[in-house]
Amino acid sequence: MKHLYALLTGLVFGTGIALSGMMDPAKVLNFFDVAGAWDPSLAFVMGGALVVTFFGYRLVWRRDTALFGARFQVPTSTTIDARLVGGSALFGVGWGIAGFCPGAAIPALGTGHWEVALFLAAVTVGFFLRRVLSPMPAKAAS
Amino acid sequence: METAFTPFASLTGGAFIGLGAVLLMLGLGRIFGATGILSGAVFAESRDELTWRLALIVGMVLAPGLIFGVTGAMPALTVPISPTMIVIGGVIVGLGASLGSGCTSGHGVCGLSRLSVRSLVAVPTFMVTAAITVFLIRHVFGG
Repeated sequence: MKHLYALLTGLVFGTGIALSGMMDPAKVLNFFDVAGAWDPSLAFVMGGALVVTFFGYRLVWRRDTALFGARFQVPTSTTIDARLVGGSALFGVGWGIAGFCPGAAIPALGTGHWEVALFLAAVTVGFFLRRVLSPMPAKAAS
Repeated sequence: METAFTPFASLTGGAFIGLGAVLLMLGLGRIFGATGILSGAVFAESRDELTWRLALIVGMVLAPGLIFGVTGAMPALTVPISPTMIVIGGVIVGLGASLGSGCTSGHGVCGLSRLSVRSLVAVPTFMVTAAITVFLIRHVFGG
């Protein structure tokens, strides 16, 4: 039951990605191209997502536990370090080069474009690289 | 290449993305961060860590098929860059997002809505470096 629920949740998220235009690298790169073919649509994606999540999370957290019994696992760290800033800066560079981010690429895989599979394979190589460069177990916050 | 400005579709899509994040918190008590979900599936140390992430990923991958079933058309996807650049960009995305503990979904949607201090630093950082990268590629090196 939990897995069916997770699958449907992924379907809702992926449908959002598809409707929003996030899975189209042409559109994503144009969002960042303020000096050129600027397409501000993706600001609306973030706006829509944030409003729902901001209020939705607060409603959910009135409960003691999640539906399937788990406690809520929310990152509590407030440490701003070189790892956070440097990692995020690097992520932006890669996003600006490829036009895909992980959350958009996973649903985009379902369109059957081979470039998406290539991108996700490269992302996985990047995960391994991180483990080699800095073996400290980084608890993924997200 | 110009792309059409789609405020309503993007706002609606964004609301669904947010709904997905809220449903995951409601059901499983987890943050919907694609980097954490993907790397958590790749490096899962137990069956339980793996299976819910796989189910979530399968659901995400099925979404374009659902859109196709309902509308008769796949979501638009144009890749304006070379396979070499996809690989370079992908490796940097994987390395950076895992070092920085998050990407657009984890820090962007989930982190900002929780007003997480780390996400409030991470999101402007990656938005700015992405914009600089696109500017350099398109307007300085003339890609």
